[in-house]
Amino acid sequence: MSDLLQTPLSAWHRAAGAKMAPFAGWDMPIQYPTGIIAEHVQTRESAALFDICHMGEFTLRGAGARDALSRAVSHNLETLKPGRCRYGFLLNEAGGILDDLIVYCMAEDDYMLVVNGACTASDFAALRGRLPQTLAFEDISARTAKLDLQGPKSFDVLEAVLGESFRDLPYFGFRSVTFGGATLLVSRTGYTGELGVELYLPWDKAEALWTALLADARVKPAGLGARDTLRLEVGLPLYGHDLDDTHTPAEAGYGGMLTNPADYVGKGADREVREPLVALSIPGRRSARHGDVVALPDGTVAGVVTSGSFCPSLGYAVALARVAAAHAEAPAFVVKATKVELEATRVGLPFYTQGTARAKLV
Amino acid sequence: MSIPADLLYTDTHEWVRIEGDEAVIGITQFAQEQLGDLTFVDLPAVGDTLATGQEMGSVESVKAASELYSPLAGTVSAVNDALSGAPELVNQSPYTDGWMVRVKLDGKPESLLSAADYEAVVARDAH
Repeated sequence: MSDLLQTPLSAWHRAAGAKMAPFAGWDMPIQYPTGIIAEHVQTRESAALFDICHMGEFTLRGAGARDALSRAVSHNLETLKPGRCRYGFLLNEAGGILDDLIVYCMAEDDYMLVVNGACTASDFAALRGRLPQTLAFEDISARTAKLDLQGPKSFDVLEAVLGESFRDLPYFGFRSVTFGGATLLVSRTGYTGELGVELYLPWDKAEALWTALLADARVKPAGLGARDTLRLEVGLPLYGHDLDDTHTPAEAGYGGMLTNPADYVGKGADREVREPLVALSIPGRRSARHGDVVALPDGTVAGVVTSGSFCPSLGYAVALARVAAAHAEAPAFVVKATKVELEATRVGLPFYTQGTARAKLV
Repeated sequence: MSIPADLLYTDTHEWVRIEGDEAVIGITQFAQEQLGDLTFVDLPAVGDTLATGQEMGSVESVKAASELYSPLAGTVSAVNDALSGAPELVNQSPYTDGWMVRVKLDGKPESLLSAADYEAVVARDAH
């Protein structure tokens, strides 16, 4: 416990009765006393606030930053304008995913990168090695807090608390405002499938913003447990489970977004598909779990479950599984869960289709 | 922590209520809190015979799965069918609406824990 990193809100979570657990080296709330399902439903129906301070943030500035970063990550930065951000990958030479990350274009040759908490140190080292020393590349994670406000009422709440409208923000658009005398970056992005924002601000302002947002009765805190069921329902992959360094973006279904014209690390190899992810619908309440073997109905082993859960908004279980390409078009599979075989049907993503993330606000 | 004094317990966090020659079995408040929101409950069938300590079913939550062990020997006379569609009853009312199995006893149950003894088990497992 003592060697776990603490967010500016770790003490708040504990005082609120949260179940805490180590995650990526951080002391994080898994759920509050209301429970994962209630927090999940709160996010789908109203708004929920998540402490995501464990994630890493880097800044990159200087003449030539765009061209250098274009050779370091898979993102197409030629078409990424200031005020917009884009999802993509940091790859190894074999096209395997070292991390998935969002690149924010702050201004010409001025970027912010947001990476997974567990990958922050290794990502920084890999990127530093790929970027010229003439560019200012800094890990600002230790002073940058991240709070996610997600749910169909999130914009109503944000506007009430900050006193200005954000309805002009497109999906994957952002802008900076002032909060408590500091810069607050409001990004219309998230990991739940709902309308919402990811909020970046100085570490020492996080509790003030957290408290101000929670003072609105439409918002309740939610932990990493609900974050996981929410993201799985809308088919968003989780690094370390559905994405890893021996599998490519194309295998995860992102081949279509590999449009970066630069000669970036992993280019070409990142389109190879040997073990694609498939989406499985499992009737009933019993879950498949990470690591369960997936077979064809005749018993032929096809692959392995990478994520699985009962889905509160669907009322049944779903899974993502990595299967041999030869079996990826099979209509049905059997998941060999502990002590029981679960029949699964291959379906399209997202599993849950009612999400408000892309709602038109103007 | 709610540990009713009129029930008996196991160190695997089941509770037992003796009613004449039958017993009602469920999981404790501590167990449901540790598991979190239950999403699935697998129970034995009516007529199944159970030996003490035998695995008789399982429970799953969003984050975990756990086996259920029979605290005593007997024959299953009823199961709580409501749990198949509403496993959350175990979270909401573990000692009442969230009961799991009713068993016709085969002899007197042995080595069950008193509420006081079970409190010590909880203290041990709660760290």
